[in-house]
Amino acid sequence: MSDPSNHHHHDDHDHSDNNLSEMDLRVRALESLMVEKGYVDAGAIDAIVETYETKIGPRNGAAVVAKAWSDPAFRDWLLRDATAAIASLGSTGRQGEHMVAVENTAEEHNLVVCTLCSCYPWSVLGLPPTWYKSPPYRSRAVIDPRGVLAEFGLNLPPSTRIRVWDSTAELRYLVIPRRPEGAEDLSESALAALVTRDSMIGVGLARRPSEISK
Amino acid sequence: MNAPEQVRGHSGAADEPVFQEPWEAQAFALAVALSERGIFTWAEWTQTLGATIQAATKPQDSDGSAYYQCWLKALEQLVAEKQLVAATTLATRKEAWRRAAHATPHGSPILLENDPLARS
Repeated sequence: MSDPSNHHHHDDHDHSDNNLSEMDLRVRALESLMVEKGYVDAGAIDAIVETYETKIGPRNGAAVVAKAWSDPAFRDWLLRDATAAIASLGSTGRQGEHMVAVENTAEEHNLVVCTLCSCYPWSVLGLPPTWYKSPPYRSRAVIDPRGVLAEFGLNLPPSTRIRVWDSTAELRYLVIPRRPEGAEDLSESALAALVTRDSMIGVGLARRPSEISK
Repeated sequence: MNAPEQVRGHSGAADEPVFQEPWEAQAFALAVALSERGIFTWAEWTQTLGATIQAATKPQDSDGSAYYQCWLKALEQLVAEKQLVAATTLATRKEAWRRAAHATPHGSPILLENDPLARS
């Protein structure tokens, strides 16, 4: 039945029905032992997976940015104490990390990276996209941020300074993108729809209202 | 055409799944759960993960696919350092899962109890 030329990557292939990959076997081994020894419970693991697959995503961060755009007092609070301001909207970090919000202006553009291991503001953005974790992004965002941004289709004027923020286990950054033109009269929820994940990492801009009108 | 070291690569879609395969999700959640239970601190975790990534990174890994492989390796290492489970126990259990998978008819959930050598 099974055709050896059809197997995945480096997995051992043989004739049986169920072949788990080496990675899958290793995770199952570790997880089952941790559960048996009482270090974790299986339900907690499933709940975490479900949360990150379905509940926590960039919409949380978009709501934070939209509120900062429409409420100057909240914006000031966010810039002063992002951890508390974000928590007030219901998003708190699982690892007790501190959040720092950095605001884009005409003069300065902020870009977030984690050169070490892809620390990322999970509570507001969900889990990082693949490219954020890739070695080229992690190394080149620091060395050549302008070139990296150009690859994302973002060409900033030479007069705009780029600041690169390197995340750590304790400190995660959220970029507040510039409020786009033509978004003056929008409600907070309409504003949130303009805020993309990429704009909160700093590799993109917020969308204009005209880009999402249907 | 994407140069190999180009950052965005082919997987830059905003709606890409957060995990490419189920084991990645399990490995991710296991680390989060262990740290929440205080088995290790998140700083300890990122240190171990960072070192693992540093040691493993190949320049060609432009799609980030090795990330969760490093994640799991770091987790195994930290668990060994904390002496929570011996490496031999882990290896034995892994083989039990392999046998269980083989003994499980296609379409049925793979359970450790299906290992023919499991229960005497």
